[in-house]
Amino acid sequence: MTTEKTKNEPLFHVSKRDHMSHKNVLLVRLAGILVALVICGIMSVILIHENPFKIYATLVKGAFIDVWTLMKDTAVLLMFGLAVIPAFKMKFWNMGANGQVLVGCLVAIACMKFLTGVLPDAVIIILMIVTSILAGIIWAVIPAIFKAFFGTNETLFTLMMNYIAIGIVAYFSFAWDKSGSGNIGIVNLLTHKAWFPDIGNKYVLIIIVALLVDAFMFVYMRYTKHGFETALVGDSVNTAKYVGINVKKVIIRTLVLSGAICGIMGAIFAGSLEHTVNTQICGSKGFTAILVAWLANFDPLIMIATAFFVVFLNTGAANVSTVFQLKSTDYANIVIGIIFFCVIGSEFFIQYRIKPSQRMKDIMTKKNGASIKELFFTSKSRSAVKPLIVILAIGLELLIIAVIATIVIKTVV
Amino acid sequence: MKKIISIILAVMMLSAIALLGVSCGNSADTFEPVAKEDLKIGLITLHDKSSPYDKNFIESMSRALANLGLSESQLYLYTGVDESSNCYDKAKACVNQGCQIVFADSFGHEDFIIQAAQEFKNVHFAHATGTKAHTVQLNNYANAFAAIYEGRYLAGIAAGMKLNEMIDNGDITADEAVMGYVGAFTYAEVISGYTSFYLGAKSVCPSVTMKVKFTGEWYHFDKEYSAAKTLIDEGCVLISQHADSYGAPTACEEAGVPNVSYNGSTAEQGPNTYIVTSKIDWTPYFEYIINCAIEGKALDYDWTGTLATGSVKLEALSDVAADGTQAKIDEALAKFAAGTLHVFDTSTFTVGGKTLTSYEADVDYDDKYTADTEVIKDGYFHESEYRSAPYFDIRIDGITLLDEQY
Repeated sequence: MTTEKTKNEPLFHVSKRDHMSHKNVLLVRLAGILVALVICGIMSVILIHENPFKIYATLVKGAFIDVWTLMKDTAVLLMFGLAVIPAFKMKFWNMGANGQVLVGCLVAIACMKFLTGVLPDAVIIILMIVTSILAGIIWAVIPAIFKAFFGTNETLFTLMMNYIAIGIVAYFSFAWDKSGSGNIGIVNLLTHKAWFPDIGNKYVLIIIVALLVDAFMFVYMRYTKHGFETALVGDSVNTAKYVGINVKKVIIRTLVLSGAICGIMGAIFAGSLEHTVNTQICGSKGFTAILVAWLANFDPLIMIATAFFVVFLNTGAANVSTVFQLKSTDYANIVIGIIFFCVIGSEFFIQYRIKPSQRMKDIMTKKNGASIKELFFTSKSRSAVKPLIVILAIGLELLIIAVIATIVIKTVV
Repeated sequence: MKKIISIILAVMMLSAIALLGVSCGNSADTFEPVAKEDLKIGLITLHDKSSPYDKNFIESMSRALANLGLSESQLYLYTGVDESSNCYDKAKACVNQGCQIVFADSFGHEDFIIQAAQEFKNVHFAHATGTKAHTVQLNNYANAFAAIYEGRYLAGIAAGMKLNEMIDNGDITADEAVMGYVGAFTYAEVISGYTSFYLGAKSVCPSVTMKVKFTGEWYHFDKEYSAAKTLIDEGCVLISQHADSYGAPTACEEAGVPNVSYNGSTAEQGPNTYIVTSKIDWTPYFEYIINCAIEGKALDYDWTGTLATGSVKLEALSDVAADGTQAKIDEALAKFAAGTLHVFDTSTFTVGGKTLTSYEADVDYDDKYTADTEVIKDGYFHESEYRSAPYFDIRIDGITLLDEQY
């Protein structure tokens, strides 16, 4: 290799990896979390002048204040995740889980509110489940039909369906509440009529259902013809067509499944967890679920772990704010943000291999007339982006985020 | 498709099995006295300190703890708790950490707190602005509010005096004394608030009328700002509001229109237009519930703070207020203390041109929101007496609603 040639070489070669072993993937992710914890630790010392280990201990302890709540929240998030993965596997970006759950919950609450006393409770409960699933399916299938037959953008379509669902729920919040406060409140608060029965306690039902759906989804995606067709459509629509798969049918069928899972979730919200419907019950779970699904690489079994991780962080960070008397929600959000940033950032190292080039090695060993200056200054012939400049820029960005966070927290606390 | 059906069936079967299931709860129904240093109190707020509404609760709690010699570490504060089962979960977390009292601050939290109260019978649960405690009759669940209509009335006097000053200066004629009011929802709490404000102004400026515009949000800067601008364009020469953001005061300052505020001074947003604010101070209530928990006593299930308990407050008048306002306010305060002045005195207002002699209000909670209690006796509407949360929802003459928001 001539000096002339290596001189113009980029400092790093970035190439797509074929495959990384599960063990290494896990190690990279753990490294990401570790980096995040270090950054959070430094930030905590600067901002709230507390020992970071004490903060992490509070976080862990806080997450386990109520194990049932922790498991319930995990199960709920898992359900949202399970609802989006079959579509995601097909590269149909379903952003509409929130809306699909919301309409399901709305019709289930309608059954509960207006049929109590008219029909026996058991019949109402069955009606709640059936109507909620139907509503969820309708809400998911509308964008699927448009995608299948007219090629509309499903991301925008499902997002808009969310807003329509929120609008409808807001409308009924006022239509059904005659006090004028816009709050339906818990239906059958005192009588508990038409509530789903407790199995031991009120959280067991959702946990069992989530595990059943999880097992079903695992089998469906991995071992059934349907699951295989879905994955094939995701890999290449043309290949799928070539082997004789009816792509339109697969799109619609998969979204029926997504909608049905959302409908089950809506029915459980109505009958078992919330007993009411308002625009807040889904929060941002439909979007957090996307993160959960991505982190698990759309694997239903790994998703149990990623859903738990996200819920664990949320619950624990909220407790940090409580124990350290931070009178705002900002600290928890910043910690969660940094951890997600690093974990998602570590994905880059799983997807790509980064190798120092010959010239980089020369610079490090000061051979072939290479000098350390090259890391920072452009030589005309080298058009590639300077990696160290990029790294410095990222560092600077993190610094700016930290400074802004400091200002926000100082003014609020 | 078969599998989906089998899942549905599985869920149904589980429900059926669970029909035989048992639920458990605490059986104890009494409260043990607690040593002061062992007391733990949970506070659940809808937003955090960045919202003036929640800030008022958080700061009141800090004052109560300081006044009673308790440490801040005895407080378990959960902020940003939305009006879903998340509220129940946080109440449960408070109980699990040993709290003897749990307090929630938002109207929509009520049902979830009742749910927690049904389950944890030896923990006190209290809730601001709610309406159901006297109906559900749980030994450990209480509502609280304040007779803020008295504070509004006093603020109304300050507004009326300002209008008189404008009339005397020749800026407006007596007929042009039109006030504007930015409300959140057409809901008893808001109607009670703007009517008492109007009656306060009318007590010193008889020709006053008022226009009301609703935003349909409790906290929305842009909507409150543009509602105030609309009212000013409609000829309103003074604005007040029952909505939580700084929208209306900001619009007033820009237009140079005097403003009477609520739940916190807006002197900073309106240095040239802010007159005064009435507010609820929750410190006395927090001190009350902490003392009850220490003594092991049940809370009064429906507590109404008043001027006398120090819960209803009128802040100091600004320089914008008209001369002689303080004297008029002191006069009214003395009459309130003597029990001779009633805000909703039926001789001071008419409905459809007639004086009211009878009115049934929806005081007791039920699903149908039926009117159930006669509230006019001895010549006045008895607000916040049969229940702490306001129930005055009558549209009186002299107030025009530009729109309604439910």
